[in-house]
Formats: sequence, structure tokens, C-alpha cells
Amino acid sequence: MNELMRRLLFLPEQASDYARDVDHLHFFIITTTMLAATGVFATAIFFFLRWRRRSDSDVTPRIEPTPIHEALFIGTPLVLFLIWFAIGYPQYVRLQLPPKDAMDVFVQGKKWMWKFAYPGGPNSVDTLRVPVGRPVRLLITSRDVIHSFFVPALRLKMDAVPGRYTQSWFTANKPGRYEIFCAEYCGMGHSAMLGELVVLPAAEFDTWLADQRRGDKAVAQDSASTGETVLAAGNLVADGERVAAEQGCLKCHSVDGSRHIGPTWVDLYLRQEKLADGRIIVADEAYLTRSMMDPAADIVAGFQNVMPTYQGKLTPPEVAAIVEYIKSLKTSAVRSGPSAGPVYEPKPRQP
Amino acid sequence: MNPSLVNPDVPVYNPRNYLNEPATGLRSWLLTLDHKRIGVMFLIATTISLFLGGVFALLIRIELLTPGPTIMDAMTYNRMFTLHGVVMIFLFMIPAIPSGFGNFVLPIMLGARDVAFPRLNLLSFYLYLLGAAVALYGMIHGGADTGWTFYAPYSTTTITKVVPILLGAFILGFSSILTGLNFIVTTHTMRAPGMTWMRVPLFIWSIYATSIIQILATPVLGMSLLLVSVEHAFGWGIFDPARGGDPVLFQHFFWFYSHPAVYIMVLPAMAVISEVVCTFSRKNMFGYKAVAYSSLGIAFVGFFTWGHHLFTSGQSAVDAGIFGVLSMLVGIFTAIKVFNWTATLYKGSISFKTPFAYFAGFIFFLVFGGMTGVALATVSLDVHWQDTYFVVAHFHFIMVGATMMAFLAALHYWFPKITGRMLPEGWGLVGAVMVILGFNFTFIPQFLLGNMGMPRRYYAYPAKFWPLNVASTAGATVLALGLVVVLVYTLISLKWGPVAGSNPWHSRGFEWGTPSPPPVENWETTPVIDRGPHEYDEGATVPPTVSPEPEPTHAS
Repeated sequence: MNELMRRLLFLPEQASDYARDVDHLHFFIITTTMLAATGVFATAIFFFLRWRRRSDSDVTPRIEPTPIHEALFIGTPLVLFLIWFAIGYPQYVRLQLPPKDAMDVFVQGKKWMWKFAYPGGPNSVDTLRVPVGRPVRLLITSRDVIHSFFVPALRLKMDAVPGRYTQSWFTANKPGRYEIFCAEYCGMGHSAMLGELVVLPAAEFDTWLADQRRGDKAVAQDSASTGETVLAAGNLVADGERVAAEQGCLKCHSVDGSRHIGPTWVDLYLRQEKLADGRIIVADEAYLTRSMMDPAADIVAGFQNVMPTYQGKLTPPEVAAIVEYIKSLKTSAVRSGPSAGPVYEPKPRQP
Repeated sequence: MNPSLVNPDVPVYNPRNYLNEPATGLRSWLLTLDHKRIGVMFLIATTISLFLGGVFALLIRIELLTPGPTIMDAMTYNRMFTLHGVVMIFLFMIPAIPSGFGNFVLPIMLGARDVAFPRLNLLSFYLYLLGAAVALYGMIHGGADTGWTFYAPYSTTTITKVVPILLGAFILGFSSILTGLNFIVTTHTMRAPGMTWMRVPLFIWSIYATSIIQILATPVLGMSLLLVSVEHAFGWGIFDPARGGDPVLFQHFFWFYSHPAVYIMVLPAMAVISEVVCTFSRKNMFGYKAVAYSSLGIAFVGFFTWGHHLFTSGQSAVDAGIFGVLSMLVGIFTAIKVFNWTATLYKGSISFKTPFAYFAGFIFFLVFGGMTGVALATVSLDVHWQDTYFVVAHFHFIMVGATMMAFLAALHYWFPKITGRMLPEGWGLVGAVMVILGFNFTFIPQFLLGNMGMPRRYYAYPAKFWPLNVASTAGATVLALGLVVVLVYTLISLKWGPVAGSNPWHSRGFEWGTPSPPPVENWETTPVIDRGPHEYDEGATVPPTVSPEPEPTHAS
């Protein structure tokens, strides 16, 4: 029954007990609504068929309600609605009260990515890993505008409000991969601000977390002496690729030449770019660095001024790594013209 | 001239009417103080807005026809849905029925010569034009990308030019306030002799309740929009936490107006429907007092429900519970009306004309739009549906579906009174079927998309949402075609429609007692009201009873 109704109503799968309970309320409401609506419409249609107009001067009896009618008209919907509320509200209260033993994860929304940080170090972008069967409390905030953390499979949503923390919690009850959406409109990349919830078997999750913590510690020890971030691996281009992915650069800049929100990085190095104000510049190291720190200074023609500054968010070695990574993205094709603005082709997105 | 003197079977076009007196030139229209002409100008302006907003809606639906980019880029799409919302809400739905049909019909129903403040009435129209012009300027030069909700801090930090549109909405608010003020004073002071409060037509009860919301809530919107403009233009920290402000405060301010504003749109729709159901079933309203007072009830409770827009904003559980229960009370008042309208049909004499078809559509949209609204007020389900297409479909059903049905019902019902000519009945039913079916095919898939979890305002979406989006776009096409059909035969009927006569629907509503189109002074003699507005239990006479000896002067 649960499965049939869920499919009839196009609901996503239920990845927690809470999701199942909310769906049951949903099924109850849709059933009572349909019964009530059918009752009203059937009555109206019956009246319509029974009392058609015979002449335009028909005289009709004057009928007025008795107190019984009025009590029924008010009482029936009131009782029905209060029953719905009596089921729904305790569910909402449950969602506000995380258990004391819940594992905390800090969630930060920013244009246009989700950052997840676990106590004790590890963090990730756009992928939230949690263990199955253990309560997880989310402490949610935003660093720019309002976002909203939404996992349909958990029937869970909570706004990420800049300047304050909101919280929510869940206990996933089956391993799997579930979508994370941003539900509060946040600009150009709103519909690209997608993430993934990966529910792992408990043991697998513990191993993953331990590995992450070990890796972090090694990096911290290496950099302790100089006070500067030292990149873990040796290859600057590989580091740049990793930093670019972590910082969300690749959400707007493609590395395969396709046109997107920002200019593609393929063949960007030493390309002659036409700017929005008509100047033509060469995209050398200085330009690339300046564009990370003060993106509004030189906007390439055909693109919008939407990139946030990375001043203070990227350490000098990371900037260098990204520049090296961009320099590595060279194709053999001879392309010297300026970047073209985004021209979209109707092409289905991969989910 | 007096309809009772001529053969009632032969409709007469009133030769001396507000359309040709005192003059017919453009200047006489632009400077008129006649509430009927101002009402007609509002109707023309809001209809143009409806089609402008409809074009935006179609562009949005075409863009969503494929999961990826289809015809525009993300920035353009974001501007489109903002413009769609702003135009439809501020330029069409809020003014269309009260300022358009209300202006035309309300004084005639009351037996008055005009509204209480004719000059303020004209000012209201020009404020509407000014607000629309400022907002249109903003749309052409940049166009905001914030959504019509203008949530801070996005709206105060966006690079698009949001200030002209905010100012446009601010000016439109004054137009709304002036019309509301006018209607309240007119209803209190200018009722015909004998029109006690229990003989006031139900249309006016609902419009009166709307006017109360307009003058109490609109100033709060004006204030919030100004604060956003100031923060955007001068960088003062009011809502942006980066500058020491509070973004949730904006949501409270905004919804304190914008939730009651939903009832500014729906109450006039209920006003029209109460008239239509009585006329086309030739019955007295089953519970006149219940319907009249429930309008005031909705207006009152509507002020205490705004927090249900903030269930996922970090609001406390206690607040959420209170706002949830209070929101359900609106559902109770609405249910009272639905039951009473349905019960009115009992033992009636029902005539299925075009306005009655729209009444049927209205009941359908109101019941499902209303019940989904109560479902959202259970709080826990709102957590899943908040900001998804379910909410989009819900408010389109209740706000747009109901208002559109009532607007079209009013158009078909009062067109004979306004122009003296009939609309074609056959084409009218074709249009009604297309509009009602098209509307359902547009928004039922969106309910399901919301269940699946598709968030609103998404420019691109995962492929699993594709089939339902195609269905929705197909439905929108049918809806648009239906509206074009209505527009075409309405324009044709302006000139070539058959003459209607003073009372083609055989209604006993008071406004049908004047000739069609009405003379400048509405009533040649002041009517004396000796019965309720929706009474069909005695032999039908030409409504309403006119004082026996003709008086040359007008009492009001």
C-alpha cells in the first residue's frame, strides 16, 4: 500500500523513518481530500442535473440555513483539519529535537556549492557522507545569500541563512545515494547547486572518516613549521586541479572547452580576451591571478559579473597551483580568438 | 428609456449612456471622474498586463521544455520569472477585479451616482499607470533577477537593477490603498435608501473586506520595499547580515503584507462568484450572513498567518504550530463559502451559461487549491513541499485559478452591462473549457513535480523531471490559446455583439435595474431598496424596485 501510494504520487524513495511517517500523513490527507471533494462535486452535479432552468421567470423557494447546517459547515472541516494538524505538528516538533548522541556535520551553503565539515577536520564539497542507522545533526549556515538544504528522499529541508545557524537532523535507514538540492533561490547557479548524500554502511563510514583524519593530520604536521599551507602531493598541476574542484571553480569554468557561466579554461593561458569595456588583454599569469582576487575588474565580453572574490580564501600556493593547472589545459588546435559568450544548445543534462 | 415601459422581450441599447456622455474624445476619457469610465480603463490596462505576464509565463514554460538550456540563458530566465510574478501580481491580480469590475459595479449596486471621492479614484488610475511605467522601465533596463519575493540579502546585493521595480511596486501600492479607501467610504455613506447592511449585495461585502486589507497591509509592503531599495542603493545594513542586518526580518515584513495580499486577490474572486451563483441558479444565497461574515473573517485571520511562509527558516516550533492552526482557520472560512455556494443550487433554477461554467471551474480550483493549502499548514508536510513546484502549483490553483475564473466569469457576466452587448455563448463555452482544462494540465503535473522534489526557480533540472515538465508546458499552451479565443470574441463583440438589454440574465441583482450601458448618473431616479439583493422567491420583476414617482434630482 505504502509503495503503491508513493508511486502514484510520484514521491521519491523513503530514506528514513521520518520520511515514511510524513508520507503516511500525505496519503491520509490526499485520501480524505479526494473523498471530501468528490462529495462536494457530486452534490453540486446532482443539484445541477435535478434543478435545471425551465423558464427565465422561475420562482424558487427561499431556503435558509438552520443552526444544524451552520454547525456542520464549520464543524466538519474544522475536525478534519485539526486531525491533520494533530498528526503533522508532532512530526515537525520531532524534526526540531535532535537526539543528544547525534553526530554533528557543519553545512555551509555558498554560491553555488555545499561544503560539509566534520568535527575533527575532514571536509568535502557537494558530497555528504553519513553512516546508516546513526542520527546525524546538521548545523547549517550560509556565507552569502540564503540557500536551503533539501534532501527529497529524507523529506527534509532547512534554510541556510547567512549570519546564523539553523539545525535539522535525520537518521538514514538504508545505504544509497540521494540528491541534495538548493531550494531557496540564490541566483544564476541556483539550479546547479546540487549535492549528493551518500549513506554508507556504518563500518565503511568509520573507515572513511579515519582515513580522512589521518590525511589531514599529515598535512597539518608538514605545514606546522612554516605556518603556510603546504600542498600534500608534489605535482603542482594536480594540486591545482584538486583546489579548483574544491573551491567550486569548475562549477562555472569548464575544462573541456564547453561554454558555461564563466569563460572556459581550455586554451585560456595567453589567449587574447576582449573585455566588456572594449579593451583587449592577454590572459597571462598576472591577469589570471587578478581575476581570482578582484573578478569584477576585467570582465570578459559576453559574460556576467557574478564571480565572488577569492581574496583570503586561496593561499598563495593554491593560486599558483590553479594558474599552473590553467596553463596545462592546452589543446593542439590553433585558437587565438577571444572567448565567445555563452551560447546554449538544447542538450539534456545528465542527472 | 425606462425598461419597464418597453416590451421586455426586445432588448434595447440605451442611447444616452456613459460611453457617449458627456463627450467621446480621448481627452474626455483621460480626465473623466466617472467611476464607470475609470473602471473600464482599469480593465483595459489590467488585461494588457495579463497578456504581458502571460507572455513571460509562456517563455518560462518553453525554457523548461528541456532539462538543459532551451531558448535563454540562466540570467534571462531568472529575470523572466521575476517579471512574470511582478506583472501578474501587482499589475493584474491585485487591481483587476476590485479596481476594474469593482469600480464599475459597486456604486451602481449601492444605488449611488459615483464613488465617494471621484478625484482620488482617477488619481488611483494614474498612480497605477505611473507604477506600471516605472516597473516597465526597470524591466527594460536590466530587469531584476530576485523573484517577486525580493528576498534579502540576495535582492540587496544583486548586480541587476532592482530599485526601479521596487519603486514601481511601491507606487502601485498607493493606487491600491486609494481604491480601497474609496470603496470603504462609499459603502458606508452612499447606500441607497432602504439598503440596510443585510441588504448589501454579497459582491460588496467581499470587496469591502478586500478594501480593509488593502489599506491596512499595503503600507507595510511599501515600507519593506523602500528598506530593500535603500539597502541596495546606499548599502545601509538592514537585512544583509554582512552589514549587520537580519535577513529573516525581511521575510516577516514581506509576508505580513504578501500573505494578506493573497486575500486581496481571492476575496474579490469570491465576491464575483457569490453574484454569479445566485443569478444563474435563481436562488437566494443559502447562508447570506455566513458568506458575508466569512469574508470579514478571512480578512481578519489573514493578518495572523504570515509565519507559515517561514516554517523552514529556523522559526521556533511554537511559532510554527500557532501559525499552522491560524492558517487552517482561513480554510474553515473558505469551506463555509464553498458549502453555501453549493447549497444555493438546491432547488434552484440552474442555467448553464458561460459565467456558470467559470463558477464550476472556480469551485474546482478553490477546493483543491484550498485543501492543498491546509495540507501545507500541517507543518511537517510543508518541510518537504516548501519552495518546490508543489507550492507553485498550490498558489497558482488558489490565487490564479480562482482569480482567473472569477475575472472571466465577471467579464462574461457584466459585459452586457458595461457595453450593452452580449458575448457569444457558444464560443464562450469553448473558451471556458480550454481555459479550465489547460489550467489543470499546466498545474497538476507541477503538483507531482513538487512531490518528486523539484525546487522552484530552477533553470535546469535533472532528466527525471522531464516528462512532467513537458506535460505542464503542453497544458500552458492550451491555456494560452483559450485566453486568446476569449480575447478575440470579446473584441469582436464590442462592436458586433447582439444588443443585450438592461437585464439579459434575468438577474435580480440591483445593478441590472439600470439600462445597459448605464447612463452617466447610473440611476435616473434614486432606487429605494425594499428587499435583499439575491431574492427570487416572489414573482420576478425588473430589479430593483424603483421609487414610484420619477424624481428629477439625484439624492446622492
